Amino acid sequence: MPYGPHTAGDRERMLAALGIESVDALFADIPENLRASQLDLPGPEPELELAARLTGLAARNRTDLASFLGAGVYRHWSPPNVDQLLLRGEWYTAYTPYQPEISQGTLQSIYEYESLLAELVDLDVVSASHYDGAAATAEAGLMTCRATRRERILVSKAVHPHYRQTIAAYFGAGLEVDDIPLVVDGDAAGTTDLEALERLLGDEDRPVAGVIAGQPNFLGLLEPMAAIGRLAHAAGALFVSVIEPVSLAVLAPPGAYGADIAAGEGQPLGIPAQYGGPYLGILASTDALVRQIPGRLVGMTSDVKGRRAYVMTMRAREQDIRRDKAASNICTNQALLALAASIYLATIGPHGLRDVAAQGAARAARLETALAAVGAHRVHPGPYLNEFAVHVPDARAVHRRLIERGVLAGLVLGDILPDEPSLADTLLVCATEVTTDREIEQFAAALAAELSSHDVATHTELEVAR
Amino acid sequence: MTVVGEQLQPTLFERSRPGRGGDKIPHPPKDALDRIPAAARRVTPPALPELNEPEVVRHYTNLSQLNYAIDTGFYPLGSCTMKFNPKLNEWAARLPGFASLHPLAPDSVAQGTLQLLWELEGILAEVSGMKAVSLQPAAGAQGELCGILMIRAYHRSRGDTERDEVLVPDSSHGTNPATASMAGFKTITIPSAADGGVDVEAFEAALGPRTAAVMITNPSTLGLFEQRIGHLLEHVHAAGALAYMDGANLNAILGRFKPGEAGFDVMHFNVHKTFSTPHGGGGPGAGPVGVGETLLPFLPSPRVLRADDGTFRLEVVGERPTSIGRLRSFVGNTGVLVRAYAYLRAHGGTGLKQVSDDAVLAANYLRKRVGEAYDIPFDRACKHEFVASAAGIKKRTGVRTLDIAKRLIDHGYHPPTIYFPLTVEEGMLIEPTETESVETLDAFADALIAIAAECESDPELVKSAPHDAPVGRLDEATAARQPNLRWRPMAGAEMPCPD
Repeated sequence: MPYGPHTAGDRERMLAALGIESVDALFADIPENLRASQLDLPGPEPELELAARLTGLAARNRTDLASFLGAGVYRHWSPPNVDQLLLRGEWYTAYTPYQPEISQGTLQSIYEYESLLAELVDLDVVSASHYDGAAATAEAGLMTCRATRRERILVSKAVHPHYRQTIAAYFGAGLEVDDIPLVVDGDAAGTTDLEALERLLGDEDRPVAGVIAGQPNFLGLLEPMAAIGRLAHAAGALFVSVIEPVSLAVLAPPGAYGADIAAGEGQPLGIPAQYGGPYLGILASTDALVRQIPGRLVGMTSDVKGRRAYVMTMRAREQDIRRDKAASNICTNQALLALAASIYLATIGPHGLRDVAAQGAARAARLETALAAVGAHRVHPGPYLNEFAVHVPDARAVHRRLIERGVLAGLVLGDILPDEPSLADTLLVCATEVTTDREIEQFAAALAAELSSHDVATHTELEVAR
Repeated sequence: MTVVGEQLQPTLFERSRPGRGGDKIPHPPKDALDRIPAAARRVTPPALPELNEPEVVRHYTNLSQLNYAIDTGFYPLGSCTMKFNPKLNEWAARLPGFASLHPLAPDSVAQGTLQLLWELEGILAEVSGMKAVSLQPAAGAQGELCGILMIRAYHRSRGDTERDEVLVPDSSHGTNPATASMAGFKTITIPSAADGGVDVEAFEAALGPRTAAVMITNPSTLGLFEQRIGHLLEHVHAAGALAYMDGANLNAILGRFKPGEAGFDVMHFNVHKTFSTPHGGGGPGAGPVGVGETLLPFLPSPRVLRADDGTFRLEVVGERPTSIGRLRSFVGNTGVLVRAYAYLRAHGGTGLKQVSDDAVLAANYLRKRVGEAYDIPFDRACKHEFVASAAGIKKRTGVRTLDIAKRLIDHGYHPPTIYFPLTVEEGMLIEPTETESVETLDAFADALIAIAAECESDPELVKSAPHDAPVGRLDEATAARQPNLRWRPMAGAEMPCPD
C-alpha cells in the first residue's frame, strides 16, 4: 500500500477487537449475486516507475511552440510565490471551512478574494467561486430568471461558444435561450447587434429575464456595454457582463456601466492553462441580488470575545440546508484557485495589473502590424484589447502546417464556430505580456512562407486543372 | 472596530501602503492604450492593495497556519473522505507538459494528456462496472446534474415526457434534491426504514409512470450498504425509470461492488474523495460520470476518442447530436484528473481493493471504540464511516453534539461531520479513511471518550469550547443579518462592533 500505514500486526489487532477473522466479514452485507467481478487493472506501480510514466506522458504534449492561442485561456507570468504558497498543505489539504474556529486562514482568504474581485468588477457581492467561466455564466443566467420570475434570456453570439453551449445545457429544462446576432459589416462588425437586441426584447409575450454579453467579446472586440445595459434595463431585464479579469485594470468595470451581474473566467489571474482546468468561475452581483447568488459567501463577524473573525454566511441559499429549494446544487467549488487569484493580485498589485493589461495591448498591436505586413489582415475594424481575428486563406491547413514550423497560430474560428460563414478562413490570435518580439517575428515569417507556398500550390493546381 | 486577535492577521487592505510592490512586469509603452476608446476605459483604478512580495508571502504563510488540514492532523469529516493527498500527484500535475498545455491546443500537440484521459476513463469504467465514462463534470454536484440531464434526454428521446419526478432518500446529500430541481424535476423524498436502509414500501408506493429517476447513495450516508439494492433496482427499471448512484461513498466498496454490474444506469465519482485529489479548502474537485449502455448516446461532449492507429482526439463540435452538450468550458478539470490517474496507477487493482478493505476495517474498529462512550444508532458492520450520537449525553447533561465537536478542537482534532444525515438525532458522521494509523484511531477514540466524561463532570467546559483555537465561537447571527461581504477601503468605520 503506497500510502497506508497498517502493518499485518495492526490489521490483526483491529480484526481481533472486532472478533472477526477476516475483513471479508465486514462485506457480508453485500448480497452474493451483486459482488464485484475482480478488478481487471494492472498491479500497483512503484513511485519511481510511475514518475517515469508521468514524465513520459507529459513529454508527449508539445508545449514548446510559440503560442498565440487565447480564446478564453491566456498565458501570463505568474510570480513563483503564487504556486509556492499554494503548495502549503495547510491550504490544499483542508476542506470547506465548516468549523470556522480552525479555518480562519481559508475564511479570511476567501473574504479577501471577495473584496479584491469586488474592487475589480465594481460590484458589491462576489461568490466564493464557481467551477469556471462557463458554469458561472450559466448560473448568472439562472439568477436573472429567479430574480425576475421570467423564463427567457438573450445571449450575444459573441459570448464564448463553450459558455453558450453550457448555458444551453443548464437551460435545457424548460427555460428559453435566444441568440443575439452579430453586426455583419461596417465599423461595428463582430459586435452585438443592438437593433436586433431591441427587437428581441420587444416580444411582449416572451419577457426577457436577462441579457448576457461579453467584454471583450470572444472575437476580442470591445462591445458597447453601456448601450446593451440600457436596452436590457428598459425592458425590465437584468444585465450580465462576461468579463476577463486582467482587462478590468484598464477597461470600464461592470459596475460602471450598469451591469447587475458579472461572470467570467479567473484563469488569467495566475492560474496555469493545464488543458482545461481547474480554473476559477467568477460570479459577482449588486447588493440587490445577494439572496439570489449561488455558491458560498464568507462574511466578517466577531467571535465570543469580540475579536474579528470570518464565517460562511447566508447559508440558507445552499443545498445542504435548503435541499430542493436551494439556489444551486453547487457544493465543492474552486477555493484553491480563488486563493491563487488572490495571491496573484496581492503580488502583482494594481499598477502591475495595469502593466499586464497594457503590455498585452502593446504586444497585440505589434502582432497586428507584423501579420498585416505578410498579408494577414484583421477581419473586423473595431477596437480590441489584446486579441483579434485575421483572414488567412485555407486557415485550417495553414494552422496545421505552422505547427510544424514551431508556431501555434491561435484558433481556427471555423472549427469552433462552424455556423458563422463570415469567420471561415480566419484565425483568432492573441498576445500577452509574455509574448516576445522573437515569437511575433517567427509567426510572421512562418506565415509568410506558408502563404507564398500556398500561392504556389494553388497556382500549380490551376495549371494542372488547365 | 472589532479587535484583531493576537493570532489573526490584518487584511491585505490594511497592510497596503501606496508605492509598495511592483517591478514584476516591464512597463508598457506610454501609448499602449491610445487605441482604446475613452468610453470603454476604466476611469477610477481598482483600489487593490499595494504590497511587496515578502509581505505577501508572510501574510499567506501566517494565514495558512490558522487552518487545520490533513497535513496537520486527523480529519475524520464523514462523507468527505479526507485521506492523505500524495505529494507525487502535486509534482505530476505541475510537470510543464501538463501544466502549460492550452485546452484548445490541437489534438496533435496534446497526445500525452489525451492518452492519460483516455486511460483514466478506462480505469474508472472498470472500477465502476460502467460502459463508458465522461471526465467533463467539474465536481460531484455537476456530475449529478450531468447524470440527471442525461436521464431527462433519454426519456425525451423515447417520447416519454410525463416523467417529472425524482425519488431521493431522506438521508441523501443535499446536492441530490438540489440537482433534481436544477434539472426541472420535482423531488419526492423517501423515508428511511428502521434499519437505516430505504423504506421499501414507501419506495414502491412512490415509484410510478411519473418517476424519471431514483438517486441512491450506496453505501448510504449512514455508512451502511443498501442490502435491498438488487430488489430496489429491479423495481426502478420495471417502472421505466433509471437509477442514479451518488458515488460519494465509493471509498468503501472498491473491488467489492461495481454499481454498473448491479444495474445502476449512471453514477458520478468524487475524485477528491475516493482518489485523493486535494480538497483545496473547498475545491477544486472533479466529478467524472460513468454510464451503462442506455445512457451512452447522451454523454456530454467532447469525449476522448482513440483511433485505430493509436492516436487520440477530442470529439468535434456537433459530432454526436444525441449528446446533452457541455456543462463547462473545455474538456474538464484536467489538472485534478492527472492527480487521480497517478493515484489509481500507484495502487493498481489490488491496491484499490486494499484501500477499501482498510478504510472499512478502520471505520469498524473506530465504531467499536467510540461505542464505549457514545450511542451507535446502527450498531452493525458499517462500511467506510459510521454515525455516533450524543443524544443520550444531551439528555443527561445538556451538552450537544456541536459542543462535543468544538471540544474536539481543543484536543487537537478536526471534528466529524455533525448533524448529518439529518435523520439521526445529535449525530456525528465519522470517517477515518485508510491512511490513518491504528495509533491515531485510538488517540482520537480516547479523546472522544474523555470528552464524554467531561460532559458529565464539567459540562460548561465543553459548552464553551473551543478554548485553544485561534478564535472562539462566532457570531453567525450578525454575520447573516448584517452581511459584511467585502472590505471597504474608505469605510473602515463600518466594521461590525461587538455589542
